[in-house]
Amino acid sequence: MAKKAKPSARELTPLQKTPTGIPGLDEITSGGLPKGRTTIVCGGPGCGKTMLGIEFLVRGAVEFNEPGVLMAFEETPEDMARNVASLGFDIQDLADKKKLYLDYVYVDPSEIQETGDYDLEGLFIRLQNAVETIGAKRVMLDTVEALFSGFSNMGVLRAEFRRLFRWLKDRELTTIVTAERGDGTLTRQGLEEYVSDCVILLDHRIKDQISARRLRIVKYRGTKHGADEYPFLIDERGMSILPVTSLLLDHQVSSERIPTGVPDLDEMLEGKGYFRGSTILLSGTAGSGKTTLAASLADATCRRGERCLFIDFEESSKQVARNMKSVGIDLDQWARKGLFFHEAWRPTQFGTEMHLLRIHKLIDTLKPSCVIVDPVTNLVSASSDKEVHSMLLRLIDLLKNRGITGALVSLTSGGDNLEGTHVGISSLTDTWILLRDIELNGERNRCLYVLKSRGMAHSNQLREFTMTSKGIRLVPAYIGSGGVLTGSARLAQEAKEKSAERLREQETQRKRQEIDQKRLALQAQIAALQAEFASVEQEAEQVRNQEEQRLEELKLDRDGMARSRRAN
Amino acid sequence: MAAKTNSKKDSASAEIIDLRLYVAGQTPRSLAAISNLKKICGEDLGSRYRLEVVDLAKNPALARDHQILAIPTLVRSLPVPIRKIIGDLSDTERVVVGLDIRDGKPDKRPAGGTKGKNGR
Repeated sequence: MAKKAKPSARELTPLQKTPTGIPGLDEITSGGLPKGRTTIVCGGPGCGKTMLGIEFLVRGAVEFNEPGVLMAFEETPEDMARNVASLGFDIQDLADKKKLYLDYVYVDPSEIQETGDYDLEGLFIRLQNAVETIGAKRVMLDTVEALFSGFSNMGVLRAEFRRLFRWLKDRELTTIVTAERGDGTLTRQGLEEYVSDCVILLDHRIKDQISARRLRIVKYRGTKHGADEYPFLIDERGMSILPVTSLLLDHQVSSERIPTGVPDLDEMLEGKGYFRGSTILLSGTAGSGKTTLAASLADATCRRGERCLFIDFEESSKQVARNMKSVGIDLDQWARKGLFFHEAWRPTQFGTEMHLLRIHKLIDTLKPSCVIVDPVTNLVSASSDKEVHSMLLRLIDLLKNRGITGALVSLTSGGDNLEGTHVGISSLTDTWILLRDIELNGERNRCLYVLKSRGMAHSNQLREFTMTSKGIRLVPAYIGSGGVLTGSARLAQEAKEKSAERLREQETQRKRQEIDQKRLALQAQIAALQAEFASVEQEAEQVRNQEEQRLEELKLDRDGMARSRRAN
Repeated sequence: MAAKTNSKKDSASAEIIDLRLYVAGQTPRSLAAISNLKKICGEDLGSRYRLEVVDLAKNPALARDHQILAIPTLVRSLPVPIRKIIGDLSDTERVVVGLDIRDGKPDKRPAGGTKGKNGR
């Protein structure tokens, strides 16, 4: 926002903003706090007001080169430095480098005697001196309301507060004023009456013994902002706010395909596997092979030399490694190479936000290309379905925004609708692989099918899922006259079919021989007849020859007779 | 602490009272404070006081170092404990009580003291 300094003369300049640098806060405020104006951060005790303010100053000084003044009314700078040191901020060091100016304003009503007219010019002189000393752009007044307990003349105080906020605005100092939340009002002393540009409310509540911090932008004049309550966390790296969902659905997509780790499953997905950066849901009943399938994906990821983060809410790292070895997946080798990271913790260890943040941080530090969460359904034990749903939504959003392939394992408990997930995230995922048991003939066999896979022509087959010592194999289930058969029933049926086939083959063979024999017999017959024919022919010839000979002899006889008679 | 204060009060006539008045520029309120203080000091302390007027407009860094918020502020740095009085010092009675300087008139002291406490 702030970069659109002066677009053109006729266009109204939009409200300029100062980025806080606090992860998530700039996103929900669309750019940061109003530049050169005062923001009230209010909330009950221990809700993180001071943290937010100090982080605003520290990040301003470190990341944006905007020095800041911290005017503390309740804690001494030494105490404060100690408090925030645990969050990784060294404010004393920044103060030494003149990037931060610390001023502790000590107000003790018991020491002060009021004798007539006064004003708080001293405060202004201190502030001015501080701002000028380091060229401050940011100011934080923590908790300025303490002045109300120090002075009894309300008329003077109110006038001075009004003057203070105008003073800050005139000098274009981006200011955070923290204030204690009042009874039924945002701030105890009604500070919001003086400053009305931006009000941020922090809340810290305990539900089911698990704490949850939330932030809400009550008011932000002249700009759009997220209106929801956003969970936030304070940990060793400061504050982070998690937008429930990013306001836009505009993440980059990849059409690159990555193998699933199971060649047979790749085959079911057009022979190519999942899309990179897609979210895969692996759901199924207990013992249906979800973790093994997820581990195969991890194995395939590491095999490509990419990093994989496996978040486990059920098993310890060693247990998973041992179990996966039995199906020929050696995760330890990848762990040793720094490619596979197995992080296990109990789902009840903290609230959903903390889980998400922890995952967030792991992703930030490890930069994996694939994240597996096993199983997401266990999170419900720590909070409500609704919260888990919203957390998973944010997790998926995070993964998609970073182009990380995500595999969420979901356990379907007995009796639940198989084609549904406990936490209702199926519609958010791109590929849904369902694992189920088929109970038949005293056996339980595993079956796998691709329920959906966006953007590809996936197989519609139900495959039998077998775990071998060389990984997962998917056998096409027997589909035939006997129905869909799996396991030994499938094997029996296959054997039966094989023997029937053999019988048929023998029969054909026999018939073929029979015909051959017949053919031979006929040929013999033909030969015999031909022989007979030949002898008949011969006989006929003989008869003809004898006749000719007789006629010859007769003629000779006649001639002899005539000669003797001296005929002629 | 109390014992120490008492012992000092006993020998108060010999003691020097160190006062510092913080102002910010020559505002009417600052001027009023100076003249009011001079009046009180003249009446009650004679030559026993030592007054320093600090103009924070000229020396802004001192505001932080000396923890000054309200203007004008009168600080009694000696005798201990340190006392702070704010305002233009027009309420003479309260200034006297606040500075705890009415040594010469013991009859009025308890009354003034009580009044001062109630006032706060």
